[in-house]
Amino acid sequence: MQLTLWTYEGPPHIGAMRIATSLQNVHYVLHSPQGDTYADLLFTMIERREARPPITYTTFQARDLGADTAALFKNSVRDAYARFKPDLMVVGASCTAELIQDDPGGLAHALALPIPVVPLELPAYQKKENWGASESFYQIVRACARPAAAARPARPPASTEGRRPLCNILGPTALGFRHRDDLREIKALLGTLGIAIGVVAPLGAAPADLARLGEADFNVVLYPEIAHLTAQWLQRQFGQPATMTVPIGVGATRRFIAEVAALSGLAPDAPSVTAALAGSTLRLPWYSRSVDSTYLTDKRVFIFGDATHALAAARIARDELGLAVVGLGTYSREFARDFRAAAETYGVKPLITDDYLEVEREIAAAEPALVLGTQMERHIAKRLGIPCAVISAPIHVQDFPAHHAPYMGFEGANAIFDAWIQPLMMGLEEHLLTMFREDFEFHTAAPPSHLGRHVPQASPPAANTDPTRWVDEALRELAKIPFFVRGKARRNTEKFAAERGISPITLETLYDAKAHFSH
Amino acid sequence: MNHSPAPPPIGLAPDALPVLRERGQREVFCGLTSIVWLHRKIQDAFFLVVGSRTCAHLLQSAAGVMIFAEPRFATAIIEERDLAGLADANDELDRIVTRLLERRRDIRLLFLVGSCPSEVIKLDLGRAAARLSARFAPEVSVLHYSGSGIETTFTEGEDAALAALVPVLPREADDAAPSLMVVGALSEIVEDQLARLFAEIGIAPVHFMPARRAREMPPLGSKTRFILAQPFLAETARGLMARGAQPIAAPFPLGAEGTSLWLGAAAAAFGIAPAALSARLGASEARARAAMAPHRAILAGKHVFFFPDSQLEVPLARFLARELGMELIEVATPYLHRQHLAAELALLPPDVMLVEGQDVERQLDRCRAAKPDLVVCGLGLANPLEAEQLTTKWSIELLFTPIQGYDQAGDLAELFARPLRRRARLRI
Repeated sequence: MQLTLWTYEGPPHIGAMRIATSLQNVHYVLHSPQGDTYADLLFTMIERREARPPITYTTFQARDLGADTAALFKNSVRDAYARFKPDLMVVGASCTAELIQDDPGGLAHALALPIPVVPLELPAYQKKENWGASESFYQIVRACARPAAAARPARPPASTEGRRPLCNILGPTALGFRHRDDLREIKALLGTLGIAIGVVAPLGAAPADLARLGEADFNVVLYPEIAHLTAQWLQRQFGQPATMTVPIGVGATRRFIAEVAALSGLAPDAPSVTAALAGSTLRLPWYSRSVDSTYLTDKRVFIFGDATHALAAARIARDELGLAVVGLGTYSREFARDFRAAAETYGVKPLITDDYLEVEREIAAAEPALVLGTQMERHIAKRLGIPCAVISAPIHVQDFPAHHAPYMGFEGANAIFDAWIQPLMMGLEEHLLTMFREDFEFHTAAPPSHLGRHVPQASPPAANTDPTRWVDEALRELAKIPFFVRGKARRNTEKFAAERGISPITLETLYDAKAHFSH
Repeated sequence: MNHSPAPPPIGLAPDALPVLRERGQREVFCGLTSIVWLHRKIQDAFFLVVGSRTCAHLLQSAAGVMIFAEPRFATAIIEERDLAGLADANDELDRIVTRLLERRRDIRLLFLVGSCPSEVIKLDLGRAAARLSARFAPEVSVLHYSGSGIETTFTEGEDAALAALVPVLPREADDAAPSLMVVGALSEIVEDQLARLFAEIGIAPVHFMPARRAREMPPLGSKTRFILAQPFLAETARGLMARGAQPIAAPFPLGAEGTSLWLGAAAAAFGIAPAALSARLGASEARARAAMAPHRAILAGKHVFFFPDSQLEVPLARFLARELGMELIEVATPYLHRQHLAAELALLPPDVMLVEGQDVERQLDRCRAAKPDLVVCGLGLANPLEAEQLTTKWSIELLFTPIQGYDQAGDLAELFARPLRRRARLRI
């Protein structure tokens, strides 16, 4: 058993629901107890979808367990087919139905429906949401793509045929973190490169579209957590190569363009490649070089999320914003090996866990100035008083903003700059604060607050109160620090003194502490 | 059952009302969901669900979007090794409970909450609770109940939790003065208002169950009269009666009329004359009616359709029909407890369409055909119906918002009027 307050991923059948809901003309019959229908609200309330997800739940109860749950399942499949007339049916069990072993696949098969029925076996006590999404996408693609592609001969490269290269985009789903906006961004980028888009899947694809997957020259994999398995199969089956670079951040977007150009047979200096690389609306590089951003240098950042977004965040933080990565972790155990290798380049020990309490402990210990995490880390950071930006699922209503807010491509990089920097203090402000802090003597704006003549007090008054004793001279010096950083200076000094058993705090202690904390 | 409630005060015998019984897909929460408000109510209680990742995900999805404080609930997720027998489930549970109680030393009452998977694998949480209770006494007592979807629907989770508390309520002496127990989780502001009203009409002592803290649970004995404040507490009522408490039958305290009838039933049980009562409550009732008046102007004559959800549907339908002048198209509820709802059913219009259970697709067909002005439904259905141009009121809000008593009658009416006002207001 695992003690869980919050969970980073749902059970695997939620992943299957995301795939079924992404696709068109597909219906999912889930053998499940009453109550599992809560999942509908993920789609209708978090993503604000206008239609119910295409899911029928058997919603068995105790009285059904004593009777015939298998018959209940068969009736549900029959009724769902009659009502919804899908092109393809997906059947499976949620965690409780897995225990009663009714064999949904076999039962549905016995009904001999005139459409393909894809049984999903998603072990609910071992696996989780992303695995379930990946497996479901793979099984459905296998069922749809194979027959249509079997007779197709291998195609010569696009460049030798004088036609536009053709690619599929794999990975975007319903309830995906910024998938809607990433997709728009990547479609535009591929358009600039002159590459035609065949099938986008699973988001918006019907079984008939999946049948055409084999026609493309290559696959663009946006989210390896969801589409890597399927892309590997398509590679084996149809010889389609797939992109390896996830275009999050400036550098990754440029590498992605180069990779896509190579897969399309475009010359690295072809006009369309040059145009794509130019990124006329890209602002992150200049904003990051702008002098007001110097305060970002080596700011300590702790990163946690799914593997793709956490690794991308680390790269952007270090290479494109000049932050210092002091913690890097993921809940995507499936990607643990790659993640460990990548974490080495940041000189940090990777945190691979889905235990929220462990993440909380690690963040507290790392004392970062910024947390880049999930909604859960946002809660942790709030408690610890640390600024935080959200970079990854689990999904939240805030991740479906009304405006275009991609994470991918150059516009994604711009959006990242804004989203990560805003929680921090504005650069110029912090720069001035730092100047004041190091310039006690020239600073006259802050009154001697222990005399209590002036009002604005962001920090506790510098009165000489126990338990930590200050000598008067040190206290007067403390009072010269601007009020908005005085509290921090006081806390740091007292922490420094307490750790070393120093009492009372003298002028020396104050400056020793200052030297210590300024690294 | 030995005790039967007093007959309904007015109207038809409830058995006369026909009921459509549906047994299809039920678009409802399971009983675990009631942890979301119960853990706010009993402030030193912790709810440990023994279940699957689905249970944890449900609680997070139903609650996580609403409550950002560190929750006093968690899930002990059953894993493959527990099912394969590689780990002893009881050892695992002991380890988790120990870790939990070390982390949360403020906890005085721990509920082990059964789920669908724990019920199916027949994990004996009763024995586990007894063992852990012995180990952590006297600091923490450990109880258990099932909130599984195969056994409970949404608010029945509260019923199961309160029913688990009944056997451990302190025993009141047989020669004690008669006392009143108000049963059902209410918000503090409602409790305080009701306590003042009871004091005013001369009923004392009055206890609320559950209490706000584990060690302050009310005493129970043969002189205890209890009145339900929520309509979904059948098991709790059964347990209270088994311990000798006397039930007071009444409609539920929703709306001005509902509150007056509810208080009136309690007063009658304590031998207070109706004339004395109306003198004391007249002003409060008039204030409630005044607060409802502007909403009545919006709601009167409008058609309302209930999907089954919280078991509050019947009292709410009575309130909307009688006090706000709405027309009831369909009133569906997960379970129809004819006995506890007898007084309510008697107040419904005789031609009302009552539905017990659900077949969600067929009900959606009926709803679309009826084109009601307002649909009361769960969160999974609300936006899709809005997209079809229907106006909805999500029912979960009725559990999180103080709605009982005179001074909430206007607020309750407003909850139903707001979606209509909003639709009329928007120019987009």
